[in-house]
Amino acid sequence: MKYLLFLGCVIPYRISSYEISARKVLEKLSIELVEMPEFNCCGLPLDPVNHELMLTLATRNLCLAEQKGLDIMTLCPGCAGTLRKVNKALREDKKLKELVNGFMQEIDLEFRGGIVKVKHLVQVLAEDVGFKRMREAIQNPLTGLKVAEHNGCHVLRPAKYVGFDDPENPVILKKLIELTGALCLDYMYETECCGAPIIGVNDKIPLHLTGEKLRNVKAVGAQALITVCPFCHMMFDLNQPRIERVLSEKFGVPVLHYTQLLGLAMGFSPDELGLEQLRVKASKILNLN
Amino acid sequence: MKNHDSTKPNSDGGQANDRKKEFGRTEHKIVLKASDLDPKFKYKISKIPGAERIMLCFQCGTCTADCPIAKFSETYRPRKLMRMTQLGMKDRVLSSDVIWLCAACFTCIDHCPQGVEIANVLRALRNLAAKEGLMPVVFKELVSNIRNTGYAYRIPELRLKRRAEKELPPLPKANLEDISKLFNLTHLSKTLEKEERQDA
Repeated sequence: MKYLLFLGCVIPYRISSYEISARKVLEKLSIELVEMPEFNCCGLPLDPVNHELMLTLATRNLCLAEQKGLDIMTLCPGCAGTLRKVNKALREDKKLKELVNGFMQEIDLEFRGGIVKVKHLVQVLAEDVGFKRMREAIQNPLTGLKVAEHNGCHVLRPAKYVGFDDPENPVILKKLIELTGALCLDYMYETECCGAPIIGVNDKIPLHLTGEKLRNVKAVGAQALITVCPFCHMMFDLNQPRIERVLSEKFGVPVLHYTQLLGLAMGFSPDELGLEQLRVKASKILNLN
Repeated sequence: MKNHDSTKPNSDGGQANDRKKEFGRTEHKIVLKASDLDPKFKYKISKIPGAERIMLCFQCGTCTADCPIAKFSETYRPRKLMRMTQLGMKDRVLSSDVIWLCAACFTCIDHCPQGVEIANVLRALRNLAAKEGLMPVVFKELVSNIRNTGYAYRIPELRLKRRAEKELPPLPKANLEDISKLFNLTHLSKTLEKEERQDA
């Protein structure tokens, strides 16, 4: 299996532990990653100010993937959501395709459509690798560990465009977590957004939102929270001390990328998976076995 | 667009305050003049991709009830913004800070019984506001970063060095010439020049 890796902006900026651990576990699952020949942001951050620019930035990346003839895999749900949505919209809407290809012509590219797929890591693991092969790669089951999950909205929503899992009752990430041997607990308001995208406009709302989620995660006895989005991770991990100050409440919930949890279960050492980069240290849960 | 603290009541871009002065009353007592409304606004919005179904909103309030942001905000009410848009309260809506609070989690789109893509209507409203030079400062930074580096954030040299130490491959480079062309073609550059003039 071979994919074009679309790394996005948040991961190289702040969250390289996600990339480090993802590359380790994907290699172990015999997935070959090809780097993007050139990169520009998927366009999502600029959708609020200019929808057409988002379409063209996304399409430029899709054109490069078409030239390579490789499906795109992203680690960031925002990139996956955007590229997937544009890939689908241009294929289905001839007028839109014409408009965007008019822009692409100016930079000597053309979107053809129907050539490549865009998938988020979770989709690749569940659909392409499959649970059976995933289970076979587990060497060090994390028996006894209790965690909770936070999916990242754009992995699942809007359901009518994504068509993966059920955003009201998501089970796929839970299954992926449980094949590592850990138990994945339900908690209140599990499917709610962390609010990260608006932190530059208003920080109070996301801090309170994430604080409520951390409180609920802790209340059910989860020892860690598992994420699959670098932006969510930034909210839950990097901002956790700040949330604790704002709410005058102590959480101390370690937040691991799913690829770190999987990597531990595959037998990689914490250092190989970038666990030392976590703001909320995971040392407590690492002594379990 | 200076104050983005939505937890304060009446933070709708200052226009409510102006009206308060004008009428000497609080915002909720204001009587709207029909001449202040733009009756064509809803048609304009409904032609924007993603916002086509705005007129089907029948004000059930599911979007507000299920919105995680509304839960922690005193002012962000997607239902209300849909109504204001339908009524043609163009200036109030576009100059409001509140339209920038949607986190685009798309819960409202999944839950709307009328199939209104509320988050996309908000995106359409933000696009129009941005065209008029009204956007929070954080977007100006994102725009400038992408235009100058291809990445939404400026990645410090130290990070690039650490990538090498961790044996991560070098980051793919951006084609800045292409990106600049796309900015010009989609007229975002013009919007920004307008912004800069206003700031000056």
